[in-house]
Amino acid sequence: MSVDQLGRRRLLQGSVAGGLMVAIGPLGASAVPGEAGGQELQSWVRIARDGAVTVLSNTSEIGQGTGTAIAQILADELDLDWRRISLAMAPLDKRYFNPNWGEYGTYGSGGVAYQLAPLRRAGAQARAMLIAAAAREWQVAASECDTDSGDVIHRASGRRAAYGLLVEQAARQPVPTDAPLMPRERLRYIGRDIPRLDLPAKTDGSAVYGIDVRMPGLLSAAIVQCPVFGGRLAGVDRAPAMRMPGVRQVVLLGDAVAVVADSYWRAQKAVDALQPRWDLKRAKRPDSARYMAALHKAVQGDGATFPPAKTTAAQVKVRYAQATRRARRSVERTYAVPFLAHATMEPMNATAVVSQDRAELWVPTQSQTGTQNAVAQLLGLPVSAVTVNTTLAGGGFGRRMELDFALQAVHIAKACGAPVKLIWNRAQDIQHDFYRPAAVVKVTAGVDGDGMPVALRIDSACQSIFQHSRLGEWSKWSRPVDSSAVGDLPDWYPLAALKVQVTTVDVGVPVGFWRSVAATQNVFAFECLIDELAHEARSDPMAYRRKLLPAGGREQRVLDLLAERSSWHRGPAPGRHRGMAFSRANGSLVGHVVELSVDAQRAVQLHQVWTVIDCGTAVNPHNIRAQVEGCIVFALSAAFHGDITLSGGAVMQSNFHDYRLLGLAATPKMDVQIVENWEKPGGAGEEAVGGLTPALVNALFAATGQRIRELPLAKAGFSI
Amino acid sequence: MPYSISVNGQLRQANVEAETPLLWVLRDTLGLTGTKFGCGAGLCGACSVQLDGQITRSCMVPISAVGAARVVTIEGLSPDRSHRLQQAWIAEQVPQCGYCQSGMLMAADALLKATPQPTDADIAAAMTNLCRCGTYNRVRRAIKRAAGLPVEAA
Repeated sequence: MSVDQLGRRRLLQGSVAGGLMVAIGPLGASAVPGEAGGQELQSWVRIARDGAVTVLSNTSEIGQGTGTAIAQILADELDLDWRRISLAMAPLDKRYFNPNWGEYGTYGSGGVAYQLAPLRRAGAQARAMLIAAAAREWQVAASECDTDSGDVIHRASGRRAAYGLLVEQAARQPVPTDAPLMPRERLRYIGRDIPRLDLPAKTDGSAVYGIDVRMPGLLSAAIVQCPVFGGRLAGVDRAPAMRMPGVRQVVLLGDAVAVVADSYWRAQKAVDALQPRWDLKRAKRPDSARYMAALHKAVQGDGATFPPAKTTAAQVKVRYAQATRRARRSVERTYAVPFLAHATMEPMNATAVVSQDRAELWVPTQSQTGTQNAVAQLLGLPVSAVTVNTTLAGGGFGRRMELDFALQAVHIAKACGAPVKLIWNRAQDIQHDFYRPAAVVKVTAGVDGDGMPVALRIDSACQSIFQHSRLGEWSKWSRPVDSSAVGDLPDWYPLAALKVQVTTVDVGVPVGFWRSVAATQNVFAFECLIDELAHEARSDPMAYRRKLLPAGGREQRVLDLLAERSSWHRGPAPGRHRGMAFSRANGSLVGHVVELSVDAQRAVQLHQVWTVIDCGTAVNPHNIRAQVEGCIVFALSAAFHGDITLSGGAVMQSNFHDYRLLGLAATPKMDVQIVENWEKPGGAGEEAVGGLTPALVNALFAATGQRIRELPLAKAGFSI
Repeated sequence: MPYSISVNGQLRQANVEAETPLLWVLRDTLGLTGTKFGCGAGLCGACSVQLDGQITRSCMVPISAVGAARVVTIEGLSPDRSHRLQQAWIAEQVPQCGYCQSGMLMAADALLKATPQPTDADIAAAMTNLCRCGTYNRVRRAIKRAAGLPVEAA
């Protein structure tokens, strides 16, 4: 047993506020620097005296439903009555830092994957404290007590007490370090298709997103940013805007102009009336064609070699050289992908109130800690003077990890001394994203006498996400080799040697994390090449991959279930064609089969996608299937249409007519299966994106005999 | 200019410029934020409402053009989430981020009013709203469920 004074005080405060604040054991010292040895406690559940339970989620709701999963985990360990549970965002406090990130943020598919174990422990501790409180009240041994869906019970005497009545005593109990986890046979929520807690409010218009924030005296702002990346504002005549109705102020930012008005529409009309002059002297002004040519050139040279954990670049090179000596021949293919926008349905926005010594924000964000720190730095305030409230987000996909829109709102709110909600229009959103980097990926396989790869080399060239995202906070990880261009190393096939070399070619285009990140280019290249090798070896692509994977492992199990679900060995109906791909990401294994047909005009009809995911413990299988379905549509939009192009350093697309998304009519049937197990959880929100594109492109090869190595498919004349 | 429009069965007043889109009157003037801004160009459908039962992209309709038309927004679909489409949306767990779903529901309601037993082709033709989360197959299933049609397994 151990309770530290600070934690104890917090618990008591929690109980005064009307509920038990459940303590979670201290995080590892590495996760929260300076917080070693139980100095900080985390609190996840409030139980009111009437038994109502509020579960606090530290994971932004960007569509992925993690809050419900967190509630399921705590409900099981605490033995709660699901009907009494509601969900709220946890405040921005160290107690709620994701243990793997050491900050409050939502990315890397880490909401469940890194928190299942600590949340279970926290729930178990709270349950033990409730039992201890009841046992003390009844003067019986805690070991004689149990729980039953929101009550503590003492079977011998038939006594029963609701959590709500025990909560104040429970908060005074020491936090046990050895509370037993709920045995698997008593789990009622983890692993079940529990309806998401956030969905009812999303069917009647009552859900409040960032763009919906309202408060007394709130003004609206619209913005125009320099269309050329790296350009600055040289000047602007404010008069055309100031003459317009409802306009309060024109605010000049370093690379943008904002107008504040009493309604968004008036602000936007007034921004549209401005003719800012831009200073482009320092802008690099790239064009897409020239930039792609530079990337193609870069992969012909030797980039920096990526050293996997516990290896050096020198060792990688030696192993690769040795392995290639066993190869009979070499197969080299080069793949190219464009910049891509996130295009969340809710455009970027943020609401801020700034006073002399405080700032408060309401933001649909994936980076609470990052936003708080950056705002504090901008205003010269201590971090504690900046409050960040997380709203619902109309999509995230990595875009809302960035801080740009929140910092703009703070600038504007400070300038006009009133609460301001900044809303970007769609053109601003498409033209000022942090894009999935355009990339060229050259894959070289050394193939043995049996047609199997023994050595693999990947040369990639792109901009570094780590140099651009979050104001360059992580740029140290871009040197000497940019690990954001590598992502999950494609080592799920245990080849003798794998060498990854990266060249960073920067032209000043903001790039960021885009659902599944580097897998979107690397898995595309890698799994298309594997398909070519299978074809050259006259092997079935499923059997070829199976042979490459560890015998009897989880990977083969995914493929076997995929083959079974898709009736792979029976093959498609006449006129239909299939392709497949397999990959691993964030601890999850994913296999896809795509079935399609192509007509003489290259119009593609997608008939069905079969997907199998092994993401370890599946806390909410129904929701995981929904995420996989979303990944499939996300990848299809990019594969067929996605293309952000640059001319003179400006993005040429501006809305959904020229940055198209897949619609309902083109969406194929989907069969998504989850491998059931209780392994360590992996990610589920983005892991099915990377492999879908190669599966699709491999199916197009089956249909047309053509290997597509450049995206989007529209460039090769395919339509959907 | 002062305008008086019928929204969800009530007469509401707005004193705005004639070209102000209905979307922003609903959101900023009347506080009905369930109707969403997505593209401002009639491309995505997030702002879909019904005008006299017809599905309409409210970002493209100036307030001056609304006239006596009866506007129904997501807030007017039912007072208590009891509409068959709202129930079907929960049964099929349709929304993810949910941002496009107000528009989806209004479009689906207009579809079922015009075509009570829609085929897949009817649904594909009517449901042109964009969803970045990719909920389309669930939207299709939920519409069929609400229409009392057989729903294929997930």
